[in-house]
Amino acid sequence: MAEDIINAAGLFKNFGTTEALRGIDLTVKRGEVLAVMGPSGSGKSTLIHCLAGVLTPDSGAVVLDGQDLGSLSTDKRARLRLTRVGFVFQFGQLLPDLTATDNVALPLLMGGKQRRDATKTAREWLDKLGMADQAGKVPGDMSGGQAQRVAIARALATRPAVIFADEPTGSLDSVAAENVITSMLDAVREAGTTVVLITHDARTAAYADREVIVRDGRLSAATRGAAA
Amino acid sequence: MDKTPALLGLMSEGSTHGYDLKQRYDSVFGTDRPIAFGQIYATLARMIRDGYISALGAEPGEGPDRKRYEITVAGRAHLREWMQTPDTPSPTLHTNLFAKTILALMLDDDAEALLDIQRREHLARMRELTTDKQNASLLDRLAIDHALFQIEADLRWIDMTSARLGDMRKEIGHHG
Repeated sequence: MAEDIINAAGLFKNFGTTEALRGIDLTVKRGEVLAVMGPSGSGKSTLIHCLAGVLTPDSGAVVLDGQDLGSLSTDKRARLRLTRVGFVFQFGQLLPDLTATDNVALPLLMGGKQRRDATKTAREWLDKLGMADQAGKVPGDMSGGQAQRVAIARALATRPAVIFADEPTGSLDSVAAENVITSMLDAVREAGTTVVLITHDARTAAYADREVIVRDGRLSAATRGAAA
Repeated sequence: MDKTPALLGLMSEGSTHGYDLKQRYDSVFGTDRPIAFGQIYATLARMIRDGYISALGAEPGEGPDRKRYEITVAGRAHLREWMQTPDTPSPTLHTNLFAKTILALMLDDDAEALLDIQRREHLARMRELTTDKQNASLLDRLAIDHALFQIEADLRWIDMTSARLGDMRKEIGHHG
């Protein structure tokens, strides 16, 4: 069985008087695709932000790719996010003035890659996501589904250990959503990347290896601990 | 809907007569399709045979049958097992799931957990279909999509019901 790439224990997080997380234990195996489901406001986004080191839980611990996030300085946590974690959101994540290639190359350049290498890698990932013929377009000239595939290529280009995707198909119609999710999962499974995928959509969740349901800041008993 | 556990559920709050049981069933589950007396008595006879209920003897009074019936320990175990076992996704699923949810609320059981167990069963079936779909012909994909959308409709009902449990609890309270 694959090792744990995420191990979260006893996560609590409050925002003022609102209890967003109320004791979550969760492990994710390396290479696993996990769907996180639950009603709006149940704590799904707070959970993945804590798992990714974007938010610090009030109590509890997260070990991500062998690193205890609580023991890292802010700088080291930011570095870990840049190199080991990728994010995909519902929309609005591409820089509007840059072409698809330049959008995908951007995190590689920020990570210190030479422009020529960054561009080459960006094109390879666009090709894997079926977007080779759109490489020179800017986001405004693409459909929603195409823009999401570029965003996914950008998240994967740094070869992160984990991708956190928050409703990546939430703004797309059924056909575009299916195309995006299948091309994303083909690419991540080939790369062995772990995915934590927030989705309301059961058809999208059905592509995952398993699901957990978050309700009122806790994992539902029916899905808790049901490791693949 | 499985009549035996549904009737057992209605009997678990106390002993009852066949006539009262029919009234209760019709008001909770049979608004559109009342249950026939014949079916009530046939089901009661089967439940006695299976040890799920026992007859407490006849009481004096009007009516064809003034026997009181009481759920047994085995009956309660059967009811609990039924409530906690998810149904295979199917076009008639909603009747069973509806009955389980209503009974869980009436009996102050964990209706949310029950819906989650069913949700998990549905998602597992969707996962199987989605895996099949990936190597299927276009025609098969269309058929699988149809099945997926039907299961998804159930899931939406489960989500909506789950979100309304608090209100339903109050309503059931008034009902009972």
